[in-house]
Amino acid sequence: MYRYSEFDTAFLAERNKQFRAQVERRIDGSLTEDEFKPLRLMNGLYLQLHAYMLRVAIPYGTLSSAQMRQLALLAEKWDKGYGHFTTRQNIQYNWPKLKDVPDMLDALAEVGMHAIQTSGNTIRNVTADHFAGAAADEVADPRPYAELLRQWSTDHPEFQFMPRKFKIAITGSENDRAVIKAHDIGLQLIERDGVLGARVIVGGGLGRTPMIGKELSDFVAFDDLLAYLEATVSVWNQIGRRDNKYKARIKITVHENGIDTIRAKVNERFLQIRPQFKGADMALLDEIKTHFAAPDFRQGSAASFESAYTNDPVFRSWVDTNIAPHKNADHAIVTISIKKHGATPGDATTEQMRVMADLAEEFAYDELRISHEQNVILPHVHKSDLPAIHAKLKEHELATANIGLISDIIACPGMDYCALATARSIPVAQEIATRFDDLKLEHDIGNLKIKISGCINACGHHHVGHIGILGLDRAGVENYQITLGGDGTETAAIGDRTGPGFAYDEIVPAVERIVNTYLEQRDSADEEFLQTYRRVGMAPFKAALYPEAQANAA
Amino acid sequence: MPRAFTPKVVTANHLLEGDVIYLTEDDRWSRDLSEAELITDEAHAQVRLLDAERQANVIVGAYLADAVAGENGPEPSHFREDFRRTGPSNYAHGKQETSPQPRT
Repeated sequence: MYRYSEFDTAFLAERNKQFRAQVERRIDGSLTEDEFKPLRLMNGLYLQLHAYMLRVAIPYGTLSSAQMRQLALLAEKWDKGYGHFTTRQNIQYNWPKLKDVPDMLDALAEVGMHAIQTSGNTIRNVTADHFAGAAADEVADPRPYAELLRQWSTDHPEFQFMPRKFKIAITGSENDRAVIKAHDIGLQLIERDGVLGARVIVGGGLGRTPMIGKELSDFVAFDDLLAYLEATVSVWNQIGRRDNKYKARIKITVHENGIDTIRAKVNERFLQIRPQFKGADMALLDEIKTHFAAPDFRQGSAASFESAYTNDPVFRSWVDTNIAPHKNADHAIVTISIKKHGATPGDATTEQMRVMADLAEEFAYDELRISHEQNVILPHVHKSDLPAIHAKLKEHELATANIGLISDIIACPGMDYCALATARSIPVAQEIATRFDDLKLEHDIGNLKIKISGCINACGHHHVGHIGILGLDRAGVENYQITLGGDGTETAAIGDRTGPGFAYDEIVPAVERIVNTYLEQRDSADEEFLQTYRRVGMAPFKAALYPEAQANAA
Repeated sequence: MPRAFTPKVVTANHLLEGDVIYLTEDDRWSRDLSEAELITDEAHAQVRLLDAERQANVIVGAYLADAVAGENGPEPSHFREDFRRTGPSNYAHGKQETSPQPRT
């Protein structure tokens, strides 16, 4: 875990002091809202439909138990007893009062956390593979580099007034769990001839113009990577469009100029700025790496695990669904679902946060992760501890065995909270999860990712959902468009629209028809939804969704 | 041809609390849409919006929202305003927590 240096601590204290004074000046009338708004956004404070919202960064999704307990404290003391984990490894508090926010930020600083650059046209929270440092398939832990990027991008003088926001994601594995191809820059760590570096993807993004990122470089060694990334952001900062907010993201710059032109410009800029990087970044990276050393994995027999697995069907189902292979064979990665059927995806209560912190401290080397899929992970668990963990999770409604299944839905806050939303997302997710739980079909259906956004900005990643749902306002009524075949992994793809949208009360039945079509069409229980869709195409799904159109055409 | 003016209320969020408020005819801010002034004249609407915007130390983000006359005062004509006057649908938080309002 990264521990703040004296510099980090002093910087944050100063920044929080400034914001406290800014809030006071807003309240006493010396600052207008137009003056105050950019200042509050720089510190993660939004004004939403019903209240203010504070968005706190969880850099590269990593938390200690002390940090998780502090997040619980904020929820208890200044909110309504829960927090909402987002699709970019942040936590959002939906009900803070303006006067309380400076105290909340001070409380976060006590555990080395902040809300800086969680909004505005800046480099946002750097996200990472939530299995980083634990996954069996990884080249290297991406988090030290992510921390270097956090320090580099925080308050970077060149990157405070950019054309638009900028999002970076990083993974250490070929299997992409960090959606790197849907980020402004995506990094995949690669080792070449014994040298660690990264493949650099640029210009991915969702929103109103969804694009899959393109390869800017197949390999940049760590020695050069920071200069190369600075060159990339710098090129976009100069030529990115500021005339139109909807064409300002780097995906449009790459699309309009072509990847080859962008690559040439980046290379030119890189040669200019490379000499400014004299190795201090690499020295810092070496220092940061020491914070992320793997824990001293304990030895021991996993016999108690085997026995529980054989004898307890509920435990077995949970293990089969929520456990991933760890690089240490005696250990496992536990994904805790915070998506009990019918609950709000990504919400955890104060009590649940404390339980998860306790489990991390007792069994998981004091580490927790937050995934972009809005779940919580215990990255390092000895297998013999799994039965005890499962028992504790069950007591707190945290033992739902649904990871990767149809009820493990990503949903943005939608019009229940968000000022930008055009329709609700949360109740649609709740009803789909409840419906398929009632049908007792979800384990039979298998791996199926539903992602729901309540507006075109696509915080719910609907374009890369196997089934994507987009809520819109059509003539003053909620209407939901469906896309099929999206994929957020290393084989990334944007989903295809099925056709006209569905009313609020038609969307769950429509999803059910899609799933039934899949069950009819799949060639065996092993063929997953996405594979079936790729094999059979849109036609059978369309026929099931729009029987009238088919009848008219006949 | 310009679109016909539809009735409006002046609404905003409270600076300190952040919650939804409405301008009343007697120049108060109410947390209850049914107490809002329903404005049927376009010129008057602009004047009332200016009246609201002057109170920058009390409110944030004033705007004119469509509303219709109901039995007990103004009612929302769009679902967004219906959520704003009530609260989120996943928890009984927001206005429905303190002053339950029947959903139409």
